[in-house]
Amino acid sequence: MELADIGKTFRRLDYETKVTGKAQYLADMIVPGMGHGKILRSPYPHARIKKIDAAKAARVAGVMAVITRDDILHDAGIEPYYGPVFKDQTIVAVEKVRHVGDPVAAVAALSIDAAEEALRLIEVEYEELPAVLDVHQALKPGATLVHESIKLPTSGFADLAEIKPVEGTNLCTHFKLNRGNIERGFAESDRIFEDTFTLPATQHSFLETHACIASVEPGGRITVWATTQNPFVVRTQLANIFKVPVAKVRVIVPYLGGGYGGKVYPKVEPIAVALAQKAGRPVRLVLSREEVFYTITKHAAVIRMKTGVKNDGTLVARECEIHLDTGAYAEIGPRVAKKSGYTAAGPYRIPNLKIDSYSVYTNKPPAGAFRGFGVSQSAWAVESQMDIIAAALNMDPLAIRLKNGYVNGDKFVTEETLHSVGLKECLDEVSKSIGWGDRDAEKKASKGDSVRRGKGLACMIKATITPSVSCAVVKMNEDASLSIYAGTVEMGQGSETTLAQIAGKELGIPLQTIQVLGVDTDVVPYDLTTSSSRSTFHMGKAVQLAAQDIVRQLKQIVAKEYGVPEDKISFADGKIRLPETVLDYSEVMFKRFGMQGGTLVGDGQLKTSVKDEFGEKSTSAFWFLAAGAAEVEVDVETGKIRLVKYASAVDVGKAISPLGCRQQLAGAAITGIGQAMFEEIAYDNGQLINPNLVDYVLPSLGDMPAVIDPIAIEIPDRNGPFGAKGIGESGLIPVAPAIANAVFDAVGVRIKDLPIKAEKIYLALEAVRGKV
Amino acid sequence: MSGAGASAKVMKKTISLRVNGVQRSLEVEPRTMLLDMVREQLGLTGAKLGCDMQVCGACTLLLDGKPVSACSVLAVDADGAAVQTIEGLGDKYGLHPLQEAFMEFGALQCGYCTSGFVLTAKALLDECPKPSDEQIRDYLAGNFCRCGCYQEIMQAIKAVSGKA
Repeated sequence: MELADIGKTFRRLDYETKVTGKAQYLADMIVPGMGHGKILRSPYPHARIKKIDAAKAARVAGVMAVITRDDILHDAGIEPYYGPVFKDQTIVAVEKVRHVGDPVAAVAALSIDAAEEALRLIEVEYEELPAVLDVHQALKPGATLVHESIKLPTSGFADLAEIKPVEGTNLCTHFKLNRGNIERGFAESDRIFEDTFTLPATQHSFLETHACIASVEPGGRITVWATTQNPFVVRTQLANIFKVPVAKVRVIVPYLGGGYGGKVYPKVEPIAVALAQKAGRPVRLVLSREEVFYTITKHAAVIRMKTGVKNDGTLVARECEIHLDTGAYAEIGPRVAKKSGYTAAGPYRIPNLKIDSYSVYTNKPPAGAFRGFGVSQSAWAVESQMDIIAAALNMDPLAIRLKNGYVNGDKFVTEETLHSVGLKECLDEVSKSIGWGDRDAEKKASKGDSVRRGKGLACMIKATITPSVSCAVVKMNEDASLSIYAGTVEMGQGSETTLAQIAGKELGIPLQTIQVLGVDTDVVPYDLTTSSSRSTFHMGKAVQLAAQDIVRQLKQIVAKEYGVPEDKISFADGKIRLPETVLDYSEVMFKRFGMQGGTLVGDGQLKTSVKDEFGEKSTSAFWFLAAGAAEVEVDVETGKIRLVKYASAVDVGKAISPLGCRQQLAGAAITGIGQAMFEEIAYDNGQLINPNLVDYVLPSLGDMPAVIDPIAIEIPDRNGPFGAKGIGESGLIPVAPAIANAVFDAVGVRIKDLPIKAEKIYLALEAVRGKV
Repeated sequence: MSGAGASAKVMKKTISLRVNGVQRSLEVEPRTMLLDMVREQLGLTGAKLGCDMQVCGACTLLLDGKPVSACSVLAVDADGAAVQTIEGLGDKYGLHPLQEAFMEFGALQCGYCTSGFVLTAKALLDECPKPSDEQIRDYLAGNFCRCGCYQEIMQAIKAVSGKA
C-alpha cells in the first residue's frame, strides 16, 4: 500500500461508492415509519394573512400533522423566530408573507399524494400588500416595509456583532469603510471615472435539492438528517427554536449533491422538525426544483463606482456604493454586504476610500451565500472598471493591475499587513497561458470576416470567515489504522481525501488504512462551517494537530515502555526508529495496552482570531488571490460569443492534491461561465418566471471552452497545513469580468450588466454603428 | 409512492422488464414514473431526480440501450424493455472502464450527476466507439454537472474510447 503524501493525487476516498451509484444521498435514505412532508407556499410577494384554516386538511386520510402559525405561536416549547444574523425568519409565516414561495403551512402524511391533497384544502385568506421589488424603491422614504420590526439574535457570529438593521426602513445592513481622505484623493487625481455595474440574482442549482429527514423522540431528543454545509450552525438554531440544549439535537449529514453556499444555515430543517414533533413520527421533506428557487438565491447588486487615478495609472481614490438585494429575510446578507465592502478596492493599493455597502430587504426570495460570497459582486465592478481606466489611459490592462496590485507586506484596506500574496504570480501565469503579449499581433493578422477575437484579464482578493473554530479528533486503532472525526461536509470538494492525506502524511501511513467518518454532530467535534473555502486550512490544520498529538503520545509510550529518551526516537514512513531497532505502531499499541486492543485519541483544535499571533489585526486568517484570463470570439453581426480558452490561476498555498486543485479551479470556471454568460433569475412583479432548469439555463458540455487551463500557484501560507490555503471560491470570481474585458478587447463595447448575452453585445454594436 | 390519501382505488398494471439483465415482474400504477419505480420498488437509487423536467440528465437510465430521462418516462411504457442502471455496470471482475476512467481523471466531484453521465457515455460509446470531441459534446449536452467537471468528463470518455 502506498503511503499517504502531500502534493500527490490519490484516488479519492469517496469515488468508488459514487461511480457505482451506491453512495447514499439524503433523498435515497429511508427511516422506518417516516411520513412525507410538503409545504404550502405564498402565491404573493407581499400579503397579510388574514385567516388560515387547516381543519379540512387535517381530516384527509393519511395526514399525520399540519403546521400553521397557530402551532408555532402557541407552543411554549417553540421559539418561532430564527435566523443566522437577525431573527427575522419564522418556521411558517406568522403575520405576513414576504415573498413568492414563502412557507405558509406544512403537512406531513403517510404518502406524498395525501400531503398534496391536504395542502390543497388549507384555506388561507390573504390581503395583498404593496411589494418592494428593487433596492432603490425599497430605500425610498415611505417605502412599504418588508419587516415592521426585527428581533435581534441573542447570540451570533463574532464578526457580525456590530451589525444592526435600521428600524423603520428596509435597510438590513449598512457597512462603511473609510480610509484616507476621499475629497483630497479625488482632488489629487488626474482623471475620475464613474460607472454603474449591475448583476442579477442567480441560483446555485445544485442537482440535489434541499432535503431533510427529522425525527423527534418523546422527551424532546431531535435527530435530523440534513443537506447542510454547516451542521453545527443548524444544531444551534434548532436547539434555540425548539428550546433544548445542543446535546439534544443530532445533525447527520450524508454526502451532499453539491452546495456552493446554498446549503449553509437552516433551510428546511425547522419545518421538518416541527412536522415530526407534531406527527410523533419521522418526516422526510424533499424540495422540488421550483421550491429551491424560493429558498435561496445569490444577491443581485447595483454597484456605483467612482475612481480617481493619476495619468500614470496609479489608483488614488475610490468612492463606491454597493446595493445588494437580500430579499425578504436577512439570512447571511449582512456578512455578504461586509465582504463586498471590504473588497470594493479589489486587490489594489488605494489610499483614499469611501465604501458604503448596503444589504436591502425586498419582497423577493432570500439571497444568501453563493460561492464567491459578495466578492463576485464587487469584483464585477472593480475588474470591469480597471479595464475602462486602462483603455482611457491607453495602458495595458495587465500593466495597470501589476502597478497597483498587492504584493507581500502591503496593507489591506483594514490597515492590516497581507502575507503570502501570490497576485503577481497568478496574473503572470494566466497571461502566459492565453498568450497575452500576442494579442495585438493576432488582431492585425485576423481575417476580415465578422468574427473578432479578444482577450481579457481579471483578478481578485477574498477573505475567509474569521474568527472561526475547527476541532478534530483522530483515533489510532489497535492495528495502527486511523479514524478521523471531522465535521467537514463532503459536498464534492474532496475534503475526505484531503484530510486523510494530511493525517496520513503526519503519521506516515497508507491512505487505505484511514477512514474519515461521516458527519454526525453526536460523534464529530465542533466545526463552524464547510464554506468560505475554509476547510483545507482550518479542518486540515486541526486534523494535522490531532495526528501530531498521536505522534507525541506514541513517543511518550516508547520512551516509557522501551526506556529510550524521547530525543532518540524518530518517525519515518509509519515506523518508529530507535537507536537499536525499528518498531511498528501496532507493536507499540500492543506494548501500551498489553493486548491487541486499545485506542489512542489525538485532539486537534484550530481557533482563528481577529488578531494574529503577533497581535496584529487579522480580518481574515489568510487571503485568497486569484486571476483569470479569457479568450473569446465575438461575431459582430450577431453578438454571439464563443469562449475559446479560459485560464484560471489561484494561489493555493500548497496543492495537497494537484488533481483536486485543478478540479476546483476548472469547476469554478464553469460555474463562472454560467454566471457570466446566461444565468439570471427573471421576475415579473415579484413572481419568478423561470424557477426551473429549462428556463434557468445551466452551463453544459457544449458551453465549455475548448480549453480550460487550471493553474495552481503555490505561495505557502505561514499557518496553513503544509502551507495550504483554501481554493473553492477564488477561481469563480474573475470569470465574468475577464470575459467582459475580452469582449471589449474584441469588439470595443463595454457590457456593464450581467449576464453578457449576445443580444446585449449586438445592441451595443448597433448603437456604435448608429443604428439604434 | 402509493396513494394512501386518495380515496379512489387505482388500478395497477403488471409489467415485466429486464433490469440489469434480471427478468422482473412489477406492479405499477399507470402514472408511476420509471425513475420512481427503480428507486422505490427496486431500491436502485443510483439514478437521481434533479430537474424533474427531462433536461438535467441526473435520472438517466438506458432503455434498450438508449439513454432516457427516467423522471419523464412512464414505467408502463418500459414494459417488455431492458433497463440498465448504474448498479448493473461492471461485473464481478471489476468496474466498467468508464467508471474506472471517471475516477482516474477526476470526472466527478459531488457525484450526483455521475450515474447519468456514465450511462449516457456508455450509450454513446456503444453507438460510436470512437466519437469526436464534437460528438461527445453533442451527445452529453443533456447532462448537467454543476460542479463543472466537463473537461475531466471529456478526458475520461476519450481515454476509454481510445481503448475501444
